[in-house]
Amino acid sequence: MALNITLLSLGIAVITILLLFSSQLEQKINQNAKGIDLVVGAKGSPLQLILCNIFHIDFPTGNIKLAEAERIAHSRLVKKAIPLALGDSYQGYRIIGTTQDYATLYEAELAQGIWWSKELEVVAGSTVASMLKLKTGDSFMSTHGLTAEGGHHEEQHFIVKGILKPTHTVLDNLILTSIESVWEVHEHVGDTIDEVRSHKPESNQHDSTFVASSLVPSVAEGDSTKEITSMLIQYRSPMGAVMMPRLVNSQTSMQAASPAFETARLFTILGVGVEIVLGFAYVLIFISALSIFIALYNSLKERKYDLAIMRTMGATRRTLFITIVLEGSILTLLGSMAGLVMGHGTLLLLATLVEDVQKAGVNGLVLYSAEWWILGGSLVLGFVCSLLPAIQAYRTDISRVLAEN
Amino acid sequence: MIEVQNLTYSYNGSTKIAFPDFSVKRGESCLILGESGSGKTTLLHLLGGLLTSQQGSIHINGTDITALSEQALDHFRGEHAGFIFQKNHLIRALTVKKNLMMAPFLANKKQDDERADEVLTLLGLINKKNSRIQELSQGQAQRVAIARAVINKPHIIFADEPTSALDDTNCDRVIKLLLEAASQNQSTLLIATHDQRLKSHISMNVQLSNSTR
Repeated sequence: MALNITLLSLGIAVITILLLFSSQLEQKINQNAKGIDLVVGAKGSPLQLILCNIFHIDFPTGNIKLAEAERIAHSRLVKKAIPLALGDSYQGYRIIGTTQDYATLYEAELAQGIWWSKELEVVAGSTVASMLKLKTGDSFMSTHGLTAEGGHHEEQHFIVKGILKPTHTVLDNLILTSIESVWEVHEHVGDTIDEVRSHKPESNQHDSTFVASSLVPSVAEGDSTKEITSMLIQYRSPMGAVMMPRLVNSQTSMQAASPAFETARLFTILGVGVEIVLGFAYVLIFISALSIFIALYNSLKERKYDLAIMRTMGATRRTLFITIVLEGSILTLLGSMAGLVMGHGTLLLLATLVEDVQKAGVNGLVLYSAEWWILGGSLVLGFVCSLLPAIQAYRTDISRVLAEN
Repeated sequence: MIEVQNLTYSYNGSTKIAFPDFSVKRGESCLILGESGSGKTTLLHLLGGLLTSQQGSIHINGTDITALSEQALDHFRGEHAGFIFQKNHLIRALTVKKNLMMAPFLANKKQDDERADEVLTLLGLINKKNSRIQELSQGQAQRVAIARAVINKPHIIFADEPTSALDDTNCDRVIKLLLEAASQNQSTLLIATHDQRLKSHISMNVQLSNSTR
């Protein structure tokens, strides 16, 4: 019987892990996409655009011209536009060139230090800081590209000016800096650090006709050379959702992707995977239920003499029935409790041992109300499995059983 | 205390067996004698309410138990009866004392530690109070079964072939224990057996023969 209960526990454990994992993943996906109505970037796969620019997995679809992006940003339908420039990383963590508005989206606060102001100053997310042991004042060399295997920009050192408090969003895994810093690093590949520092930013050379770009104020509006990776947009009114995507997709060389739409697609895709694993877990549970039933049924054959003796001592038929049903129910209840513990325990263990799980921020300690359903369901399962054996016990023919020696 | 009248029972609807009328008073002991297959066990089971669907009447302490429902019979047994069978079935997962406690537990009576100790002492088992069933000898196990049957101070003790598998010494021991336990509570003792040795201990008997079939 212990083996059968273990089978049940395993099935429940798988379901628990799935439940925790998919719930938290769904929660995180929604949290990260919150506040962003539209993403504008280079043409390509809309899903890739969202995955890259909101969740910071996957690679950019290409670059867009700053001038084109500005035109969209000026639309009456846009309340706020946040530019993003991707390209570098450090030890696998991405460096994002953007404005402070990006951090505000996720309600980020500084745990130590100050925001970046000059070139090559960065603010690191909390997970980056703790995993790489960074603190304010540290400096590092970035790597070109978004994986850890790119070539180093050896002459440019970034300086950590601040560390953010945990936000439990994608921000924790990012290193933020100004767009200009990202441009600097890429335009001056080969310069020494002194040459970079001596290169005066364009803002010092403005003449009276200078109109600042609404996206990157240090640059002139309409500058035709600058490129960024993408732009995050917040609508002023719901009309934006109707008009903006069409506007961008048909009248510009860029594409617009809706995070809400693409994450819904993502869930559908994820959902298939979840369904398959869930199906496997159900099969496991079904097999275990069958085996529990068989074990109970067989044990009854062996115990029928004991049950008859109990009747002679005064136990009623109902007592025997309840005893068997309780036995089955308690067994399955214990089994499912063990399964829940195993499920949570496995996630806790994974979160401690595997870095990617830690980065994804999956927590083994959260309890969901659905777990009460699992416990309840296992009680019902136990009841059903023990019903037939219990009825048999109820109908014990005392005399016949006792007479069969 | 026990009165049997016009009792007949049919096996499978065809074979019918008629039992002689008899009565046993409170505190008396009576043997139900007969060869194998003469219906001794059937009679005992009928008297204990373990078998129904008979015709005729069985009065125990004024109550006609043939008229009782299944549940009422269960309660009746818990209140008034103790059973001993040839093969004692003790629960191997429990200790000796816990086995004894099953009887009051199932009969909805108070589980009295002192009473348990009293009975164990009477049967010479007090040292084995916390032993597991596997550790007992055949004779000791039989005595635990007797202890369990008498712990609730039943008015009737039913025994089915309690001595048939025992040698003379142990047979003597067991029957003496049974009689002593019965006299302690003024219980009526009914023993179904083909063991002729018991005739020297108990005089009253009901003789069943195969010709009554």
